[in-house]
Amino acid sequence: MSTIQPVAGQNEQHPDVALVERVRAGDLSAYDTLVRKYERQLFRISQHITQNREDAEDVMQDAFLKAYEKLDQFQGNSKFYTWLVRIAVNESLMRLRKRRTGKVVSIDENIETEEGSVPRDFADWAPNPEQNYNQAELAETLKKTIQGLPEGFRVVFLLRDVEGLSTEETAEALGLSVPAVKSRLLRARLQLRERLTRFFKKKMPPVAPRGSEAEA
Amino acid sequence: MTCKEFLAILDDVIDESISPGMRSEIEVHLRKCGHCEVVFNTVRKTIEIYRCHELYEFPAEVSESLHNAIMDRCRAAKGDSQSS
Repeated sequence: MSTIQPVAGQNEQHPDVALVERVRAGDLSAYDTLVRKYERQLFRISQHITQNREDAEDVMQDAFLKAYEKLDQFQGNSKFYTWLVRIAVNESLMRLRKRRTGKVVSIDENIETEEGSVPRDFADWAPNPEQNYNQAELAETLKKTIQGLPEGFRVVFLLRDVEGLSTEETAEALGLSVPAVKSRLLRARLQLRERLTRFFKKKMPPVAPRGSEAEA
Repeated sequence: MTCKEFLAILDDVIDESISPGMRSEIEVHLRKCGHCEVVFNTVRKTIEIYRCHELYEFPAEVSESLHNAIMDRCRAAKGDSQSS
């Protein structure tokens, strides 16, 4: 059985390393701890990719089971969580492919678009613009906006900016190069900003009709 | 610094992975360029909004049953591997 080494460049051992070692030694309660620790994140990632709650629940179960069954293949040169995310992303894409009746789905598709690679709308946003919406309206707006991004941009933004993975971890989880992650992240951020500007820009005061001053 | 140059390093600026020398160059550019200042502030706000609002909450009513289902499947897999 291979021994898990601490993540390169870190002096302190990540707490997951000891848990993974215990699981490998046959302690299922240690895996219970790992599942509790990451089930919320995995559900969120799967739901963002599949955009379907039932699929997300299935993906989460399948990903944790697959990780458990393949734990001996985990080399420990990355974080356990990054490895788990990679499994969940692949399971989610497979699920999407099934739903789209065999159409190939990958994070490489639709990335040639030039939309949003250069900012066009320079209107400033209202201060705390989210306060102009109730929670349900805001959630709907944010969901629709992020769902409108090409898959390859959406997943990079999600892992890097929402889930807080580093650029290197995002690259590893998605099987992409670091420059590819950086390029997609910039375009995802710019496209989201551009689209949200339609909702969040400052409302301009109504323009008085010509001659109104003279009439007043 | 031009707007194009600023855009090329926008992600590094947002992720605060730039040198102090570059930071002052950027500050000079942002003071002069309203468009880049808006882009910078609104990209930062975009990230903050998505980070602060959990769009897909883990459904509390099914979280325990989902968790148990995962562990049951792992237990069964462990049993299979030990009996084979």
